[in-house]
Amino acid sequence: MAEVQLQGVSKSFKSTKAVIEMDMTVPNGAFVVLLGPTGAGKTTTLRLIAGLEKADSGDIRIGGETVNTLTPAQRDVAMVFQQYSLYPHMSVRDNLAFPLRSPILKTPEDEIARKVQDVADVLHIPHKLDNKATELSGGEMQRVSIGRALVRDPSIYLMDEPLSSLDAKLRADLRVELKRIHAEMAATLLYVTHDQIEAMTMATHVGVLDEGRLVQFGTPREIYQNPSTAYVAARLGQPRINLLPVGLLDDNAPPGASQVGLRPENIRQGSGRDAVVVRVEHLGDQTRLHLKVSDHDVVTLTDPHTSLAPGQTIQIAPDNPVFFDAEGARIT
Amino acid sequence: MSAHSITEPTDRAKWIAGGLVVLYALVTMIPLAWIMLTGFKSPADAISYPPKVVFEPTLEGYVNLFTTRTRQTDDFLAANPPQNWADEIVRQYDMVIVGPSKFGERFLNSVIIGFGSTFLSVFLGTLAAYAFSRFKIPLADDLLFFILSTRMMPPIAVAIPIFLMYRNLGLSDTHLGMILLYTAVNISLAVWLLKGFIDEIPREYEEAALIDGYTRFQAFYKVVLPQAATGIASTAIFCLIFAWNEYAFAVLLTSATAQTAPPFIPTIIGIGGLDWPAVAAGATIFLLPVMIFTILLRKHLLRGITFGAVRK
Repeated sequence: MAEVQLQGVSKSFKSTKAVIEMDMTVPNGAFVVLLGPTGAGKTTTLRLIAGLEKADSGDIRIGGETVNTLTPAQRDVAMVFQQYSLYPHMSVRDNLAFPLRSPILKTPEDEIARKVQDVADVLHIPHKLDNKATELSGGEMQRVSIGRALVRDPSIYLMDEPLSSLDAKLRADLRVELKRIHAEMAATLLYVTHDQIEAMTMATHVGVLDEGRLVQFGTPREIYQNPSTAYVAARLGQPRINLLPVGLLDDNAPPGASQVGLRPENIRQGSGRDAVVVRVEHLGDQTRLHLKVSDHDVVTLTDPHTSLAPGQTIQIAPDNPVFFDAEGARIT
Repeated sequence: MSAHSITEPTDRAKWIAGGLVVLYALVTMIPLAWIMLTGFKSPADAISYPPKVVFEPTLEGYVNLFTTRTRQTDDFLAANPPQNWADEIVRQYDMVIVGPSKFGERFLNSVIIGFGSTFLSVFLGTLAAYAFSRFKIPLADDLLFFILSTRMMPPIAVAIPIFLMYRNLGLSDTHLGMILLYTAVNISLAVWLLKGFIDEIPREYEEAALIDGYTRFQAFYKVVLPQAATGIASTAIFCLIFAWNEYAFAVLLTSATAQTAPPFIPTIIGIGGLDWPAVAAGATIFLLPVMIFTILLRKHLLRGITFGAVRK
């Protein structure tokens, strides 16, 4: 395992700038999640580190060594693709053994057998080892391709939305599994997703990408509580942060602010401005209130056993608001 | 099933389609059956009119195909009784077998040149198709069109220049010369067919192999090739059929050493002109290798002729 460093890395495809001047350090042993919508440059960042794409400029270092000119094999990285990654003409066993048999590792067969068995146990697929790769369900395929990365001991594991094609239950199971693997193997992981739950539950660090730029990098808590822009604030949190014009509530906005960011849990009830209840969503462990404050939608949380009903009016006031200027940058 | 279902054809439609297929099969198979039967006829039966469907089979055609014979005097024939069944057959014309004919040699030439050029076309075609499919090649589209354009001219148009070139290079009437020539003709087909197949194989497989510690070539060899097997097999069949049947170049460029079967078969002469049963026997044997090759690869071919358009 090793630290991975990107310094001023840029990459364009024809006229599209996929990654712009990216500086990022993935600390040794960290679980870094890159978050952003489609087209933000997440996958390109992974492919640049893996060596599948060549950076137009900038340096990529793995374990202190500059790897700009090295082939993917020489970089000693393992990668899990979003799809299509199992070799269809091989059995599950051979798929898992494939990286170990590479000319770089040349693992002895008895050790291969042991490692393959170990990984198959971890991923609950030992009974599928002799199946052909094409005879698996989607979830099993993706577990095998994660397994193909885990049999190795690379400098870093790169994972490109590995759970996005799975159903909710399996996704939840594998999240726990990945987190456990990270803890047990002291592995360094760089994980791409657009699912904020994956980011919040697994990451030690989160990097938020917007149109090829790394906008903020920090622990999930930091990013959640101290977003540097309105864009970052909107990427984390469920329900999403309320972005409201300044002055809608009693917010004591600093000069220059044009937007107030209010997390649903940061809205106090009982005093302040009038808000009309539009909808009440009972989710069991929590209840969401959809409110209308002079034509603006506001979502907040309330007591799970609330007796509020649509049409009622309540008073709300901000608690710990964050402010953004007209460009969306944070004002403190 | 309703009569207007779009998923399942009606019984009547099935019968009509089946009938058409049978009709087409008959049209294509009758000449084949004709050739095969003629090989077992006597020369007289072979040219009789109306044609005989029921006849007494004989191996005369095959004997004549594989041997050379001379007419002998009665004294000689009396002094030398027939050695075997083949001798017996030629005795009815007062002849004796003096040695093998050139057919075996010509057939072997066809095998060497046909399979040699097929192997070379598919080998080079696969590498080129892979490069065109995966790498950024300057002017790739123009190059591909140029490769295809070599196929647009009728072979006979370039036959004279090639004849002159080959004479100067010492490639006339050599196996190597014919292999190179057929490869040059087939490579355009091979590149285009195979590019289609390789385009269909997701790049993620190779990228996964690259990251798993393999070089580009190893990834190609271990991951792409096995998946391109269908395309390679069907391309090989197309290449072999062309090289095997090619006549124009073979007539012009080969004679004593490297002559293939197609220009040889029509020259088989018997008593009183063309020996049709021997020609038919030659044609029958000539058909066999392509038939066997195609049957061996037919599973691949069936999926291959959809040109990878349908995903499994």
